[in-house]
Amino acid sequence: MTALLRDDYQSWGRVEAARHHVMRPDSVAAAARLVANAGDHSAILAYGCGRSYGDVGLNPGGALVDMRALDRFIGFDPATGLLTCEAGVRLADILAHLCRPEADGGGWFLPVTPGTRFVTVGGAIANDVHGKNHHRFGTFGRHVAAVEIARSDGSRLVCSREENADLFAATIGGLGLTGLILTATIQLRRVPGIAMEMEDIRFGGLDDYFTLEAESAGAWEYTAAWIDCLASGRQLGRGLYSRARHAPGVAADPAAREPRLQMPLTPPLSLANGLSVRAFNALYWRKLGRTGRSHRVGAYEPVLYPLDAIGRWNRIYGPKGFFQFQCAIPHAAARETVRAMLDLIARSGQGSMLVVLKTLGDLPSPGLLSFPLPGVTLALDFPNRGPGTRDLLAKLELMAVQAYGRLYPAKDSLMQPDAFRRGYPEFERFRTMIDPRFSSAFARRVGLLPAGEARS
Amino acid sequence: MSAAPSAPRRVAIFGATSGIAVALARRFAETGARLVLVARDEEALAGEAADLKVRGAAEVVTQRADFADTAALTPVAEAAWSALGGIDIALVAYGSLPDQAEAQGSAAAAEAALRLNFVSPAILCDALARAFETQRSGTIAVISSVAGDRGRQSNYIYGSAKGGLQRYLEGLRHRLSKAGVAVLDIRPGFVSTKMTAHLPQKGPLWATPEQVAADIMGAVDKGRTVLYTPWFWRFVMLIIRSVPARIFHRTSL
Repeated sequence: MTALLRDDYQSWGRVEAARHHVMRPDSVAAAARLVANAGDHSAILAYGCGRSYGDVGLNPGGALVDMRALDRFIGFDPATGLLTCEAGVRLADILAHLCRPEADGGGWFLPVTPGTRFVTVGGAIANDVHGKNHHRFGTFGRHVAAVEIARSDGSRLVCSREENADLFAATIGGLGLTGLILTATIQLRRVPGIAMEMEDIRFGGLDDYFTLEAESAGAWEYTAAWIDCLASGRQLGRGLYSRARHAPGVAADPAAREPRLQMPLTPPLSLANGLSVRAFNALYWRKLGRTGRSHRVGAYEPVLYPLDAIGRWNRIYGPKGFFQFQCAIPHAAARETVRAMLDLIARSGQGSMLVVLKTLGDLPSPGLLSFPLPGVTLALDFPNRGPGTRDLLAKLELMAVQAYGRLYPAKDSLMQPDAFRRGYPEFERFRTMIDPRFSSAFARRVGLLPAGEARS
Repeated sequence: MSAAPSAPRRVAIFGATSGIAVALARRFAETGARLVLVARDEEALAGEAADLKVRGAAEVVTQRADFADTAALTPVAEAAWSALGGIDIALVAYGSLPDQAEAQGSAAAAEAALRLNFVSPAILCDALARAFETQRSGTIAVISSVAGDRGRQSNYIYGSAKGGLQRYLEGLRHRLSKAGVAVLDIRPGFVSTKMTAHLPQKGPLWATPEQVAADIMGAVDKGRTVLYTPWFWRFVMLIIRSVPARIFHRTSL
């Protein structure tokens, strides 16, 4: 297959410019052949919609396999909700075609979805993504019945909990390193209404968040909070708590297959700066008015995908891009650690408007390198302002590690090898499952593979 | 979503595994159409058929054909016609993009390109036209190209085949207008598909198959005769056709 040298395959954070040989197979058979002949290329890595923030999806000096032409459904059983599709099918396509309201308003739905529907099924599996319903449904990988992967020894293996179970556990959350995911079988979930009942509640500080979470988690299947990362002192950790659940018997239109608006260009400077973040946060925190509450029933898009309304929103951070920091902290130290992190971030003044706090459930993650653990996860964006930003992220990373927490590879650009090893105890076992012809910048940075350029 | 108001449309696609054809087949599948897919690669056809069924197609029939075999095209058209007991929309979407340098030095390469891009669709359309004429309704939509609008040194073997096809469709439209059958000449510009995968595909002139398919869908519904897709190619080609030869000859287009 012809490989074109391209420099426009970036990750969502847009911090790194990378050059790759890019191949775009148009069938499962062609993709499997490409892997079987991987000795002809430098080491390879699958690339989907480019929505990973850091470098798990990049392979500078090596080859990328653009999976977006493998976008066919293979079969769907409307009686059982079992879907088999090629790995390049996007969650947006599943929602548009299969998650339509039936006569009673209910229907099939994604069991788990991250904050964007513009990701491929393969990417969702490789990063074992989670969403606002983690406390009830766990990670995406829990709902994957089987994957078929191509390995560079020429084999095509179906992996499930019963068959090739070790490779299955390594491939879920395996960052695309265990072989090329060709197809996947996913168990969709039956919901009583495609529409959602949603509530937003303003809260004044971090302790109030934990109170709201305790009283909501049982009855509300989607929960998360936005935090004003500039608030400090007694208001530290203030924000808006969002909770939602499917509204029985209420239909809603599926989310659009593409964003309605596009950020048309990259501004010369980050639009998220001290002034704009301060103004946004001040207004946003007050958006619920005097009551501090709102209650609605309607389409799920604003609950699950608020940022998907604007395509390429990552461009607002300007040409230098941005970092995202996302950690998971076990319950034991969660409250103090999150408080200390928010305090450090507030004093640094570097945060942006996008900050999410979410309590994770205790359903086990199926992958060796799955990110979620029972505890609390904090995610926030930082415009790239150079060394100052990197210093702040290094401090946050240390705080996470000291609390026995971990950072999310799908979001990460800077994690040290030591932090990765300590956060992911299955590190060594995973390493033995890596396909020798696969590589990524992330794998080489954190010590899963030898440092340096992609192997040729 | 409500069901289609009338009986599902019967759509036959020749060259059904091409990028634009797949995108268009998906749009028709979402409306609950019945589809006949005709192409050379049976495995690829089976993959597309399974996908289209999940996307909502009421029925998908696949048929194998080699469009370079011009002697066998009449039975190909007849088989597609009888599969669903008639066709409401026929899309002819196959073609090849020959390497100009190779084609101008080789009789065999030039003949193969002219055959697949002009002779074959012309013969296929002739076979389809007879059936449509009897049926007295429907649309024959054929993908030609903006390359057919003016001969250029870099691409005139392909361009002449597509230009010939444009004239053919013009004549066919004249003939079938009496039977109430529409003939649509689709002229895409640069589209990111398998056929163009070896090109860099950067810049504002490149369109996706999905954009082109949306335009085709609109043109079929509105009964248009010539479709430039995306729209700006109408003006680009107007300019290219208007440049006097002595200036045109100095360019490397």
